[in-house]
Amino acid sequence: MAKSALLKSSIAKKVAMALSGLFLILFLAQHFFINSTSVFSPDTFNSISHFMGNNPLVQFVIQPILIVGVIFHFVMGFVLDFKNRSARPINYIKNNGAANSSWASRNMIVSGAVVLAFILLHFYDFWVPEMVYKYVEVNPLNETRYFAELTHKFVSPVRTGIYCVSFLLLSLHLWHGFNSSFQSVGFNNKYSRSLHTLGYAFAIVVPFGFIFIALFHHFNH
Amino acid sequence: MKLTLKIWRQKNAKAKGEIVEYPLDGIEEDMSFLEMLDVLNEGLINKGDLPVSFDHDCREGICGSCSLYINGEAHGPDRGVPTCQLHMRMFKDGDTIYIEPFRAKAFPVIKDLVVDRSAFDRIQHAGGFVSINTSGKPTDANAIPIPKHDADRAFDAATCIGCGACVASCKNSSAMLFVSAKVSQYALLPQGKVEAADRVLNMVAQMDAEGFGNCTNTGACEVECPKGISLENIARMNREYLSASLKG
Ligand code: HEM
Ligand code: SF4
Ligand code: FES
Repeated sequence: MAKSALLKSSIAKKVAMALSGLFLILFLAQHFFINSTSVFSPDTFNSISHFMGNNPLVQFVIQPILIVGVIFHFVMGFVLDFKNRSARPINYIKNNGAANSSWASRNMIVSGAVVLAFILLHFYDFWVPEMVYKYVEVNPLNETRYFAELTHKFVSPVRTGIYCVSFLLLSLHLWHGFNSSFQSVGFNNKYSRSLHTLGYAFAIVVPFGFIFIALFHHFNH
Repeated sequence: MKLTLKIWRQKNAKAKGEIVEYPLDGIEEDMSFLEMLDVLNEGLINKGDLPVSFDHDCREGICGSCSLYINGEAHGPDRGVPTCQLHMRMFKDGDTIYIEPFRAKAFPVIKDLVVDRSAFDRIQHAGGFVSINTSGKPTDANAIPIPKHDADRAFDAATCIGCGACVASCKNSSAMLFVSAKVSQYALLPQGKVEAADRVLNMVAQMDAEGFGNCTNTGACEVECPKGISLENIARMNREYLSASLKG
């Protein structure tokens, strides 16, 4: 079979979607770990942030891969959603989706779109100023600015609110997505049950952990 | 029982269909759903109206002919049975019941509630078989030892009756549960392993060409499948597909 046919096949797209999703889960896990240090130790948070922000491997290899990964994931998500909708040109007049599947699984495009909007805001909030600070204005290194920048963003109740709502939807996205991605890559065996428990735990602990961190800084400012 | 039926009526493949309301009285709890439709049709014929067309054959859950999307679910609200084994005791006196055809681009409506499911036949033709000549000596097949565990799982996959409820229930109109059952029932057995790689590549290519959507693992198909075909089969098909494409 020609390789081009492989890349066009439904299963290849599904696997690519799953791999990009799993990659984003890894990213999320490390981001969560770093943010959580801000609750316990501003110094640790500053030094890890400084390392991540100035290490050439992170800045010029991992960061571009991440950006490509995010773009691939949501573009593919929109493409698949469009194709899947057009596979049923006439809809049911009465459809009882709740009888056989979870809301989260049927609305990945909705939770995904909210998360995308959040990612854009997040870029505008943190990433763009960071890039301007480092590479446009070329400011001198300051190893202790990160914690203050972080807490400053959580002063606004509106921002903190948007942050919390977005992570609620991320939780729903992961509630289905975590386990779905293993099924997509063909992993379904006697370990799946334990893995499902882990998936549901991740979908709750990480997003709600992010929410906790946001509220913590909002109320401790 | 007294019922209000809201049924999709459509003259032919090209016509624009619509929901038509039919009041119906005198339905017994122990009638099957299709017998209830027979009663409706008798009344329509006596009045000189066209009866409602719907697919059925064996009426005992083995042929896969019956379909129908009943109150928002393929094969109705009961579990583990196709429409022909659905009974009126699942409904209450005074209920309104919506009856629609299975919907998918790959399953176009022919008339009323009858849809064209020949896309499934074409997928089967693309690889759902084992090319072995029958020798007239069934002992040959029996001489191949097959672990009980594999035999059971192959048999479970082989119970798929090709009804298409998986496609109808899936928000993406994906045919993955059906195709994966057909791929699995052979891939698990030594006789089927010989052609396993070609089979999965060809059947998936045909599935895509028919215009079915892509699986997003909502699991709706497994819940609505009258034969309880498991999502494990889809994971197996994904593995088979990946290893087959990487090999060649
Ligand atoms: C940190 C952010 C995100 C993470 C961790 C994440 C994770 C995942 C995972 C693990 C899956 C399951 C893949 C599978 O079923 O095989 C998934 C599916 C999906 N994601 Fe995301 N995602 C994120 C952001 C987004 C964004 C921004 C969108 C934008 C629209 C999006 C749209 C989708 C869609 C539509 C699906 C379902 C597609 C399918 O199953 O075929 N996701 N995501
Ligand atoms: S997998 Fe189940 S729902 Fe799908 S065609 Fe086979 S029997 Fe019908
Ligand atoms: S009529 Fe044969 S399975 Fe329902």
